[in-house]
Amino acid sequence: MRYLGRRILRALLLMIGVSTLCFLLTQIAPGKFFDELRLNPQISPQTIAGLNSRYGLDQPVVLRYGRWLGAVAHGDFGYSIAYNSPVASLLWARLGNTLILTSAAMLLIWMIALPLGVIAASNRAVDKLLTGATSFLISIPEIVIAIGLLAVVVRGRVLPIGGMHALGFEELSRAESLKDLMFHMIMPTLILVLSGWPVIFRHVRTSVLECLEMPYVQAARGLGIGPVRLLFRHVLPVAANPAISLFGFSLAALLSGSLLVEVITGWPGLGPLILEATLSRDLFVVVGGALLSAVFMIGGNLVADLMLLACDPRIRTEAQG
Amino acid sequence: MRKRAMWILLGSLGLLHLAIIFAGFLAPYDPAAQNREFPYAAPSRLDFVGGNRPHFRPFVCVPELSDEHCVQYPMHFFVHGSEYRILGLLRSNLHLFGVEEPGRVFLLGTDSFGRDEFSRLVYGGQISLAAGLVATFLALLAATVIGILSGYYGGWMDESLMGWAELFLALPWLYFLLVIRALLPLHASPPATFLLLTAVIGVIGWARPARLIRGIVLSARSREYVTAARGFGGSDFYLLRRHVLPQTLGVLLTQAALLVPQYVAAEVTLSFFGLGVSEPMPSWGNMMSVLQQYGVLVSYSWLLAPAIALVVTSVMYWLLADTIRYWIQSQ
Repeated sequence: MRYLGRRILRALLLMIGVSTLCFLLTQIAPGKFFDELRLNPQISPQTIAGLNSRYGLDQPVVLRYGRWLGAVAHGDFGYSIAYNSPVASLLWARLGNTLILTSAAMLLIWMIALPLGVIAASNRAVDKLLTGATSFLISIPEIVIAIGLLAVVVRGRVLPIGGMHALGFEELSRAESLKDLMFHMIMPTLILVLSGWPVIFRHVRTSVLECLEMPYVQAARGLGIGPVRLLFRHVLPVAANPAISLFGFSLAALLSGSLLVEVITGWPGLGPLILEATLSRDLFVVVGGALLSAVFMIGGNLVADLMLLACDPRIRTEAQG
Repeated sequence: MRKRAMWILLGSLGLLHLAIIFAGFLAPYDPAAQNREFPYAAPSRLDFVGGNRPHFRPFVCVPELSDEHCVQYPMHFFVHGSEYRILGLLRSNLHLFGVEEPGRVFLLGTDSFGRDEFSRLVYGGQISLAAGLVATFLALLAATVIGILSGYYGGWMDESLMGWAELFLALPWLYFLLVIRALLPLHASPPATFLLLTAVIGVIGWARPARLIRGIVLSARSREYVTAARGFGGSDFYLLRRHVLPQTLGVLLTQAALLVPQYVAAEVTLSFFGLGVSEPMPSWGNMMSVLQQYGVLVSYSWLLAPAIALVVTSVMYWLLADTIRYWIQSQ
């Protein structure tokens, strides 16, 4: 279990790195928390100093970092000035919506990219077609995909856009409201899938191709093992390794992409909240959102590591040795 | 065949950049000049038939409000108009084309303030492309320094630097872009915003090229001729400059061609959100931000022009990256 321990340690180190980065960013922000009070002639400098010491703002950075980390670990991300409520409750309310969207997109992306990648690696004609298509898709910026698709859909009035539910969805039955939700999800998910699958497809294709050229596969072919058995029994388990490590990285790209897509299609996830917070300088909301997204990214990487351990015998033997 | 395609690609990339450098000459109007009487005007119709006979000179058809006929204005070439500067240095008032007042030529229509979309497109390209190029330069500079420190000196420096690189690679960068943007003043002067923006997006992309460069430096360092040169008393600086840096050129070029379109898109995304370059200075991003209104998106399709320009630029740079990769492999 050395492998697992190392991976968890790495995730912890990453977490410390991200949190330090976030904390440092809040620290280099110009101005101090109580600076605005100075403008008020009725508040004496002594009062401000008292407030500073009461909230520990006069202590050294390291101590403050420790206290901040402790607060974050308890789910306290600070206070939103614009919404006049704790940041954590704001974020939790939106997080679910982002997760619904990203997990649906992730699932679809892999469901499309994985079989296509395998087919492309084993069939030359399909390969040519798909590689051409993806190299075009990959070079189109996500924002253009989003706007272009939006232009088509708004004009055609085929799909609902904006928000998660139709007006008056409270009166719908459970099955109908689920249908309504799915209908609203099509548009943002489609954008995410369109911009996300080419990258995964390319990686899957390369790793399967590399695998097919390995000597042991050639030997297996020479021994007369049929193509289907060869693919599923001998090639895919080995080719899965790079694809699974990619899973963690693709999560980060997906989270970034979903921020953009949520804003453009009006999906009430973390994206619009954080963008508005950025525009209104609501720092703790922005930092909290970034921290949450990083937690998910690191969590995703850890899940990928666990999946690797389960799938790849090479890692298991290495871990025991 | 491959070679000819390469020259076509290089030629069109060169043309694109020339067009954007000489935006003032190509654009018939100042990008900030408003024509309040022509909001959301459709692209001007160009006729080659004037006074019942065909011409080589196009006529711009300006619709009259009163009836459905339009008044034709002949298009003139190399006309004198509003003053502009090329690269901030050369002063001129010569424009490639224009029509006589009170006629107007809007090749790509106008926006809500009646500003000429075509003029804004070529001027906006200056901001967007410059942001992409400057940010790429910054990112690759950082990547080269970090990659060399990491690969050449190794040890704890290597481990800590590559640890940070791994972190930066794995971050959902748009979130962190917003964090950094939230810290910076929202309404700074346009040049200051531009510099901040490029620095911020440049900082985020150093990790991948740094890892690649580290790998190259690592393998170059242990080559026998490098060891030999060291044995003859070559200093670190000499070895890096003479033997190690030239090998990173290919990776640097490929990465540059890949980073530029991503950074142009990053500038566009931030300005689209209202966090980048602000009005009245045009950039492809802030020109596209009106498309957030569904009504505009559907009714005034010519306002999609900056999105199309972005796609064209992006595709050309990706092809360039492919070409460079191919060229390196064939060497």
